[in-house]
Amino acid sequence: MVYENPDGVMIGLEIHVQLNKLATKLFCGCSTDYHTSEPNTHVCPVCMGLPGCLPVLNKRAVEYAIRIGLALNCEIVEQTQFHRKNYYYPDLPKGFQTTQYDYPIVSDGRVVIEGEDGEHVVRIRRAHMEEDPGRLMHMGSIDRSRGTLIDYNRSGMALIEIVSEPDMRSPREARRFLDKLRNILEYLDVFDSTLEGSMRVDANISIGGGDRTEVKNISSHKGAERALLYEIMRQKNIKRRGEEVVMETRHFDEARGVTISMRTKEEEHDYRYFPEPDLVPMRVGSWVDGILETLPELPDARRSRFISDYGMVDTHAKALTSVIRVADFYEEVASQVDPAAAAVWVSDVLKGELNYRDLTIASFTVEDMVKIIELVVSGKITEKGAVEIIRSILDEGGSPMDIVKEKGLLKVEGDVVDQAVEEVLKENPEALEDYFAGKEKSLNFLVGQVMKKTRGRADARSVREMMLEEIDKNYR
Amino acid sequence: MITKEQVEHIGWLARVNIDEEDAFEFASELSTVLDYFGQLDGVDTSDVKPTYHVADVMNVFREDEPTGSLEQDSILANAEEIQDGYIRTPKII
Repeated sequence: MVYENPDGVMIGLEIHVQLNKLATKLFCGCSTDYHTSEPNTHVCPVCMGLPGCLPVLNKRAVEYAIRIGLALNCEIVEQTQFHRKNYYYPDLPKGFQTTQYDYPIVSDGRVVIEGEDGEHVVRIRRAHMEEDPGRLMHMGSIDRSRGTLIDYNRSGMALIEIVSEPDMRSPREARRFLDKLRNILEYLDVFDSTLEGSMRVDANISIGGGDRTEVKNISSHKGAERALLYEIMRQKNIKRRGEEVVMETRHFDEARGVTISMRTKEEEHDYRYFPEPDLVPMRVGSWVDGILETLPELPDARRSRFISDYGMVDTHAKALTSVIRVADFYEEVASQVDPAAAAVWVSDVLKGELNYRDLTIASFTVEDMVKIIELVVSGKITEKGAVEIIRSILDEGGSPMDIVKEKGLLKVEGDVVDQAVEEVLKENPEALEDYFAGKEKSLNFLVGQVMKKTRGRADARSVREMMLEEIDKNYR
Repeated sequence: MITKEQVEHIGWLARVNIDEEDAFEFASELSTVLDYFGQLDGVDTSDVKPTYHVADVMNVFREDEPTGSLEQDSILANAEEIQDGYIRTPKII
């Protein structure tokens, strides 16, 4: 099946990724560990662009950039340099942003995503290094601001701006691309997606070959999907009225779920790019082989390995490897119990329960998962009981064994179930007659009655078997 | 030839107010400067290696080790207005 893309949607994304796993900023020794600090406490003369200061490039930031380029199947540039992008705005007190211009560190890559009609290639145009500006807080909403507060702690943080080609054909594909990209970056261990503002997205979108709009201020992957859905609707409405979409920058208002025109038009040459005289050029082509050797296993490779090493189905392998922490969690569990059982319990059950509660894998311990799987596999609790333990841990906390005792989840066997079967058959002669009259469903009812008597601690399948045996023996 | 409008645009980019009279003067002065660059454009440089930086140096890096920051008071010392540790500016969009 081929996706027809009925509205001719073309989406390209620009993603700013903060390399927050670095210890210091891009051009100075200020610590990156500012997220819980007072404003303007991780700032130095280089961040402020004070006279006489000299920026010096963080070597590891360059290595991270190359690592990202390799993971995105990019070409790595032989020689490159930094430029000044001049603009006058208080998020950068220097009056310019130090960034890359005509020679991005990496370019021409590709990422394969789960598209509307199977595997879909999104081309990467380029990714370049630049510094993050400071954080502005508008007092009141952006269109009714009363003043602005500035925190320069973020100013000078190393960013990689990744620019895709307009290859995504729906908001859902855009979201999947972002999810995949985040996952790859986390596998590379270059950033922590849980920190605020670690990944920021601008989206370019057009429909039916018309002019595109750029949507800024998207702060989550879900937000990207919503902003793009809104833009498609807005642009379709404009075309329906016989008007043309205007090329412009729009601001996404997350709370209201709408995009707002920014009514600014800074053309590219207004930035007056020129080579940064305070930084010397760099020649890094020779680093590539060494970095390639230390590249960790990436999501797609891990997915294949899970299938071959643990013999799981592809849907499980995909679900387990789409977030690195889940994959690590799974492998720890699988090293202690049957890997096949672990695949089912982690990907089908645990992930489902976590998603339902909007929690991450960090809310559950390997130890508890191992214990629960052992209890099920050894037949001490039922599958239903195991799900109940997982839910209970997530909702109220506690350890598996305590919950088993507290809720009486130990599977009952033998005599107790035998007795329950006998009782149910005695107490429900009508149902039994219905069964003899050919109503298969009444057997289900009888099994259900046994489950009720044993409070779900019996195994339904074996109850059914015992029931049939008992009927054959004493009621025929 | 630089026009008065271009001068005003450049002034706006740098957030500098340029009055009518000055704009005319700057337009003619900047045109002279541009003319000098026009002369440079005429030189045949097809055999000259590009200069990426005036210092013939490459690959200057530092290790990823923190070296400390300034005190908050020093950072805020030059600000016109401050509030709760932030620098405060008039409304900007």
